[in-house]
Amino acid sequence: MLTRRIIPCLDVKDNRVVKGVNFLNLRDAGDPVELGARYSDEGADELVFLDITATIRSRKTIVELVEKVAENVFIPFTVGGGIQTVEQIDELLRSGAEKVSVNTAAVANPDLLAEAAQRFGNQCVVLAIDARRSKDRPGKWQVCIKAGSEPTDIDVVEWAARGEELGAGEILLTSMDADGTKAGYDNELNKAVTDAVNIPVIASGGAGTLEHLYDAIIDGGADAVLMASITHFENYTITQMKEYLRDRGIPMNL
Amino acid sequence: MIVVIDYNVGNVKSVCNAFEYIGCETKLSKESGVIENSTGIVLPGVAAFGYAISALGNLAEVIKSLALSGKPLLGICVGYQMLFESSSEYGRHEGLGLVSGNVGPIPPDRIIPHMGWNLVEMPEEMDLFAELGNEKHFYFAHSFCAEVKDAEAKIAYADYGFELTASVQKKNIYGTQFHPEKSGKAGLKILQNFYDICKRGAQQC
Repeated sequence: MLTRRIIPCLDVKDNRVVKGVNFLNLRDAGDPVELGARYSDEGADELVFLDITATIRSRKTIVELVEKVAENVFIPFTVGGGIQTVEQIDELLRSGAEKVSVNTAAVANPDLLAEAAQRFGNQCVVLAIDARRSKDRPGKWQVCIKAGSEPTDIDVVEWAARGEELGAGEILLTSMDADGTKAGYDNELNKAVTDAVNIPVIASGGAGTLEHLYDAIIDGGADAVLMASITHFENYTITQMKEYLRDRGIPMNL
Repeated sequence: MIVVIDYNVGNVKSVCNAFEYIGCETKLSKESGVIENSTGIVLPGVAAFGYAISALGNLAEVIKSLALSGKPLLGICVGYQMLFESSSEYGRHEGLGLVSGNVGPIPPDRIIPHMGWNLVEMPEEMDLFAELGNEKHFYFAHSFCAEVKDAEAKIAYADYGFELTASVQKKNIYGTQFHPEKSGKAGLKILQNFYDICKRGAQQC
């Protein structure tokens, strides 16, 4: 049986890890290579690196970063942020990433998911979705693009199911409402998406306590839980999280 | 010196990075002279079987004869699958035939690819697992798996709703379906164990 996974997320801006609240008010959290190596060493199951500047200039920087990370990180890691083409995906995979996540570019060009899955296998392709509760349609969430700055009319649950059909091997689901608040994951959102797809879903946004991780797995149906604030600022170690979940009956790699 | 076979597939760099991290010098090469002079061979692989075996080309015979003459060989993922006689991934393809058995699709009615951390039960007599205890989690990412028929082979299994072969050893020939280079500390220990096996082999020569 596969274990559930603990995935620290490193948002990278100008070669530093940063973390904000609801995608704003960024705070410095350290060097991405050092922090990545530390999490790898402490027993994290995977890592996610998101280039949150995602400009043309930062493209080259992120490839160099991936190469450095790969020299020090001996667990699988995903890279995302501003990726638009199959060639860019190829370059990142060859630089040492196991998976690449796409968000805005997949909304603009859904075929990107299919092309990438056919060329590299669906295990490499992660569809990242930034979700915000819809004000007009209660109980629904809308897909936001461009680092959350631009809401669309696309329904999150429908988009997740479509992403699976197109070839995504995994969904990285971030609740913008919960992000950085440490008030718990949006498990209604997680449940709605995990019920709609057969591929693994990584719950993201809102982790503040150990119980939140448990709830995302049990109530939200998440295969993996992603967190940033609570690990970067050392509220909890990876081992503490894993032991807590294991003691509550969840299979973990410990 | 351990040689990692460079044949234009997947992420061979990660394997070199991991060996370097544990203080083992490796050389990435496709030169048969370099491979012959190595203390051990690593055959990595992230690719479809057919593509990998054809990319290997003439090196297949070189690796096969060195392995049969006793040089330690470690196959990883598709490199492990290539140790067997054949695979049915996108058509039928011949493997190196160093271990009896065939590679076929993971049985349906479960999530495929098998991707993530799974618990491997490790028989004590398998050298690759020295000092690792009875069971550890390792990182898998694959859609095909081997059915081992070799009476001489020692086998480690993982549970994925069926007995999934996770690792094989036949004399000096080793293989892991999982990725030791991406399996954290336990994975690095496996590479260390292979490094030690190669060092012992070199002393005997």
